[in-house]
Amino acid sequence: MGRLKKKFRLSFVALPYTVYALIFILAPMVLIVVYSLCYQQGGGWELTLKYFEKFFDLSNPMYLRSLWDSVWIAALSTIVCLILGYPMAYILSKMRPSVRGMVSFLFVLPMWMNFLLRTFAWMTLLENTGVINTLLGHIGVGPVQFMYTKGAIVFGNVYNFLPFMILPIYNTIVKLDGMYLEAAGDLGANFSATFRRVIFPLSLPGVVSGVTMTFVPAVTTFIVSRLLGGKNALIGDLIEREFATGNWGFGSAMSVIIMVMILLMMGVMGRYEKEQSASGGLLM
Amino acid sequence: MAKELIRLVKCVMAYDGEVVLNSIDLTINDKEFLTLLGPSGCGKTTTLRLIGGFEVPTSGDVLFDGVRINDVPPYKRKVNTVFQRYALFPHLDVFENVAFGLRVAKVPKQEIKPRVEEMLSLVGLSGYEKRDVSQLSGGQQQRVAIARALVNRPQVLLLDEPLGALDLKLRKDMQTELKRIQQQSGITFVYVTHDQEEALTMSDTVVVMNGGSIQQVGTPIDIYNEPKNKFVADFIGESNIIDGVMHADFDVSFGGHRFECVDRGFARDEAVDVVIRPEDIDCVPVEQGKWSGTVKSIVFKGVHYEMMVDSGDFEWMIHSTDPQAVGSTVGMTITPDDIHIMHKSDVDVWSDEAEYESEEK
Repeated sequence: MGRLKKKFRLSFVALPYTVYALIFILAPMVLIVVYSLCYQQGGGWELTLKYFEKFFDLSNPMYLRSLWDSVWIAALSTIVCLILGYPMAYILSKMRPSVRGMVSFLFVLPMWMNFLLRTFAWMTLLENTGVINTLLGHIGVGPVQFMYTKGAIVFGNVYNFLPFMILPIYNTIVKLDGMYLEAAGDLGANFSATFRRVIFPLSLPGVVSGVTMTFVPAVTTFIVSRLLGGKNALIGDLIEREFATGNWGFGSAMSVIIMVMILLMMGVMGRYEKEQSASGGLLM
Repeated sequence: MAKELIRLVKCVMAYDGEVVLNSIDLTINDKEFLTLLGPSGCGKTTTLRLIGGFEVPTSGDVLFDGVRINDVPPYKRKVNTVFQRYALFPHLDVFENVAFGLRVAKVPKQEIKPRVEEMLSLVGLSGYEKRDVSQLSGGQQQRVAIARALVNRPQVLLLDEPLGALDLKLRKDMQTELKRIQQQSGITFVYVTHDQEEALTMSDTVVVMNGGSIQQVGTPIDIYNEPKNKFVADFIGESNIIDGVMHADFDVSFGGHRFECVDRGFARDEAVDVVIRPEDIDCVPVEQGKWSGTVKSIVFKGVHYEMMVDSGDFEWMIHSTDPQAVGSTVGMTITPDDIHIMHKSDVDVWSDEAEYESEEK
C-alpha cells in the first residue's frame, strides 16, 4: 500500500517531464517515421518506400557515398579523440585533486562558448589568408589549403568533441579502486601489464561512453562540415538541405536511416559493455 | 631446522610524522604459519604491507633470504597476497582471475590450464571456472583469492584478515581449510587478524602487536599461558588482572591473601600484575576455599557458565561447568602454576586509545 502510494507520488513528480518527452521527443520521432513513408500528392497521402529507394539507388549513389563519408570521417574523428583523450584522461586522474580541478576546468572552458561561434573562430584561423597561413608565410611555407578539406572536418570534430571523450574515461579511471592495481602488482604485473590487463579493460565502460558521445554527434554534424568542409557535404548537410527546401519526406527518410544505423551501433556497443558490469559510463 | 626467510630490522613507519610502526624487529621462518595479532590500528596490516612491498619503511630494513628488499617493487617479490577485500578482477571470470599471475609471467598456455584447475580443486571450486566473480558468495570469492595467490607458488603467502567478512560457521571451516592448505603446500603463511581465537587455532607463531610495537612473540600456548604483560593477558582470552605484591621468589600476595606461585626473579616486594584465567579458579565449599566471595551474577555461555564473584576488594570472573546460585557464598582455590605474575608495565599499554581504536572497527 505504502509502496503504491510512493510509486504514485514519484510518477506524479515525473509528470512534467513525461509530458515534455511525449511532445518534444516521441511525437517528432513518430512524425519523422510517418513523413518518411508518406508521399504527398495533390490533397491526398500515399504510403510509399520511394524515399528509401532513392537513398539506396545504386545507379546514383550520391547519398550512399555521403553516408559513407560521414561514417569514416566520424570514425576517424572518434579514433583521434580516443588516442588524444585516453592518455589525457589517465594523466588527469592521477593528478592531485587541486591541480586536477584546474586542468579539467581548462578542458571544459571552450564548451561554455557557443558551438557555432567556436567553429567560426577556426575558420578565421584556418583560411588561406588566416592567422595560421600568415604565420606560415613568414617562414616561407604555404599557404596550405586547410579549409574545405575533409581533414578540416576531422579537425573541427576533434576540437569540438574531445571533452566528451575525456570526461567519461576520466570518470571510470578515477573511480577505479586502487586495490586492483595493488593486486595486479602483487601477482607480478609491472605497469604496462597492469595497464593492459586491468586498467584498460576496467575503463572500457568509459571508453564506450566516450566513443558514443563523440561518434554520434560527429556522424550527424552539419555545422562543422558546412563551415570547414565546404562542398564536402555529409549526411547531416543533405538532411538539412532537404528540410530547408521543403522536401520533408526525403529528409525524414534519411533521418530514419541514420537513426537506425546509430541505434544498431549503440546496441552492439551496449552488448559489449554489458560484459563489464563496472559502472562509470555516462550513457547506458 | 627452522630456516630464517624474512627479517624485519628496526622497521619504522611514519605517515606525516605520525608513527604507525615503532621499530619492529621480527624474524619469520620458512614454512611457518605466523600470525600478526592485535587490535585495529596496532600496525599489523602495515607490517604485512612492508613484506608485500606496498609500503617502504621510513627507516629500517626488510630482508628476504638475507637480501635487503626495501626498494624492490611488489611485482618482483616472491610473495603473494590475499587481500582483505579480495580484490578479484571484476572483468575476468574465476579461471582468468586465478590464471592472472601465470599469464603475466608468460607461463606456457598448456601449463596454465592444469595448474589453475589443480588450484581450484585444492580450494574446492572445481567446475566454477567460467563463473563471474561477482556471482560468488563471500566464502567462494575468498577461496578464489587464495587460489589466485597460491597458483604462483610463492615462497610466502600474506593474508590480510581474509576471513573478516565471513559468518562464524564459514570462518571455522575456512580456518581448518587454510591450515590444511598451508601444511600441504609447505608455503610460509603470514596472517593478519584481530581475532585472538583465530590466531591461537591456526598459528605456529603468534605475534601480538599494540600501538605500533610487538608485545610478545611465541607459540599459541606460550601466549595464552604465559602472557608477557597486561595487554597480552587482556587481549588474549578473558583474564582477571589484579594488583599484587611479590614478596620473594614463589611467594605472592593479592586480594588480601598469600599464595604460592611458580614465578621468580622479581625485586623484593615488587608491585606486580597478577593474571588469572577465569577457567583456572575452582569453586569449592567455603571452608575448603583459600578465599571466598558472593556470586553476583551467572550467565550461561554454552560450554560453561560465566560467574562474577565479589570477594569484597575484587570481582572475579570464573568460568565453570558447575553453576552456583546467585547470592550464595562460594570458596575459591587456585593451583600455583595458574597464577601468572608480570611486571607492571611502564605505560599502560592497554590504554583508552587502544580500546577506542578497537571499537572503531
